[in-house]
Amino acid sequence: MNEAATPWQRFLRVLVTVGPGGTWLLLFVLIPTLLVLLASFLTRGPYGELTGPWGLHNYVRLVQPVYLEAFAQSLLVGVLATLLSALMGYPLAFYIARHPRRDLLLFLLLLPFLTNFLIRVYAWLVLLQREGLVNAFLGAFGLGPFTFYPSFFAVLLATVYTFLPFFVLPVYASVERLDWQLLEAAYDLGAKPFRAFLHAVLPQTYPGLFAGSVLVFIPAMGTFVVADLLGAGRVVLIGNLIQQQFGLTRDWAFGAALSVFLMGFVLLALYLYARLRGERGLDELV
Amino acid sequence: MKRLLSLHALLVYLFLYLPILVIVALSFNESRRGVRFTGFTLDWYRALFQDPRVLEYFLNTLTVAFVSTLVATLLGTLLAVGLVRYRFPGKGFFRYLLYVPVVVPDVVMGVSLLLLFALARELLGFPRLSLLTVILGHITFQVAFVTLVVRSRLLLLDPALEEAARDLGARGWQTFWHVTLPLAWPGVAAGALLALTLSLDDFVVTFFTAGPGATTLPLYIYSSVKLGVSPKVHALSTLIIGLSAFFLALGYAVSRRRV
Repeated sequence: MNEAATPWQRFLRVLVTVGPGGTWLLLFVLIPTLLVLLASFLTRGPYGELTGPWGLHNYVRLVQPVYLEAFAQSLLVGVLATLLSALMGYPLAFYIARHPRRDLLLFLLLLPFLTNFLIRVYAWLVLLQREGLVNAFLGAFGLGPFTFYPSFFAVLLATVYTFLPFFVLPVYASVERLDWQLLEAAYDLGAKPFRAFLHAVLPQTYPGLFAGSVLVFIPAMGTFVVADLLGAGRVVLIGNLIQQQFGLTRDWAFGAALSVFLMGFVLLALYLYARLRGERGLDELV
Repeated sequence: MKRLLSLHALLVYLFLYLPILVIVALSFNESRRGVRFTGFTLDWYRALFQDPRVLEYFLNTLTVAFVSTLVATLLGTLLAVGLVRYRFPGKGFFRYLLYVPVVVPDVVMGVSLLLLFALARELLGFPRLSLLTVILGHITFQVAFVTLVVRSRLLLLDPALEEAARDLGARGWQTFWHVTLPLAWPGVAAGALLALTLSLDDFVVTFFTAGPGATTLPLYIYSSVKLGVSPKVHALSTLIIGLSAFFLALGYAVSRRRV
């Protein structure tokens, strides 16, 4: 009985509910994140182990042209993937939301998305390779063959392909809640279609647009698999650099500094998003 | 305008399905390379089933997915209940901590877990990178998603229902078991399904936390793809696509019946 709950009982309830999951988050989320931060100030030892001296040397290394180029490429992939997703996803969300069989259309949107991520990336490799379908198609018109893969274009295309539903779903949620009477009101007041859309429809979809942008931008910037398979060494993103440092190069300290840098970027994006959307904005992301 | 929107939608759906259809078609193609269809064959499927490693990787994938989903659903559901129903110091902090696995790129999460396991092994002598560390890694991102999904469901519930149960004399755990949990059930099921999907799909966290003998299907696909395009991978992909389609259709049918 609630009003009879003693402080001990209340403590017990929190312990039972929050205790296990909370401990898990502290052990496997908080501590690892702090470890990355810690490691970024250390040095690679002769056998690839982490050792002293402490310092900012890993961060100083980041400012070399090779690494700056990778950051610029990652940023470009993030921004372009977000823009292309918006171009493809925004009108699609409207089409689905207004369609009588929207359940089916959503199902068809999710089906490729639930197919394994690696298979989706791999499929583009198959399509874009020299003897692939795209070149076969273009060859029928006497064009090509072109080297679509490996290239930045291939990386961008597959990135948009894998993250597009992340954009469509939040926009769809916004469109579904849309108050269409505002659009009619705008028409009644003499607005032309474009102006009516700009003032009566677009602002109502901002929550979905912002959430979709964050959900595409962050993973697009952070992925290493897409660039690894479709860039084949020619397109190097921050994610690839991190993977290399923790793989072959075995310089965990520098890899940690790269990770901190990437996380900084993500936090910056989320900060800007929160400034635009307010505290509750984060909840729209899930 | 309406026609333009339809055309746009058609093109986007074509974009979504073309790669998948090509993979499926090529899995039945006799020719090893290229896209010219030279004849129908089931050889690639035969080769796949005759490879004992594939079965092992499949079982590893399922073991990781089911064990981690079970643990994550339990932890996440309890955590969501605690976060929604009770007030305690540090609550805001936990709420922010929950978003970390959701927003931090996979690669950063993978390396941070790798650092944790390396340090633990240095200090405590365990765990060795194995299927266990993969499971621990999967639970970590799953807990966040399950908690957030269940939490949003709990926030929609009418608190009067629980008050009524208490007024009728139900104890704390009775209220939880007979009122809160059944009402939260759709959220718990959705969270568990999401966790399962995320685990089956995960490559990056597995890549950094898996040791020898802990190969999962995504890891196998990755290493085969690195070696070049292979019809056996087409066959495996087609089977996975078919399986996801089946489960999604099942979920779709069930959710339609409820409405």
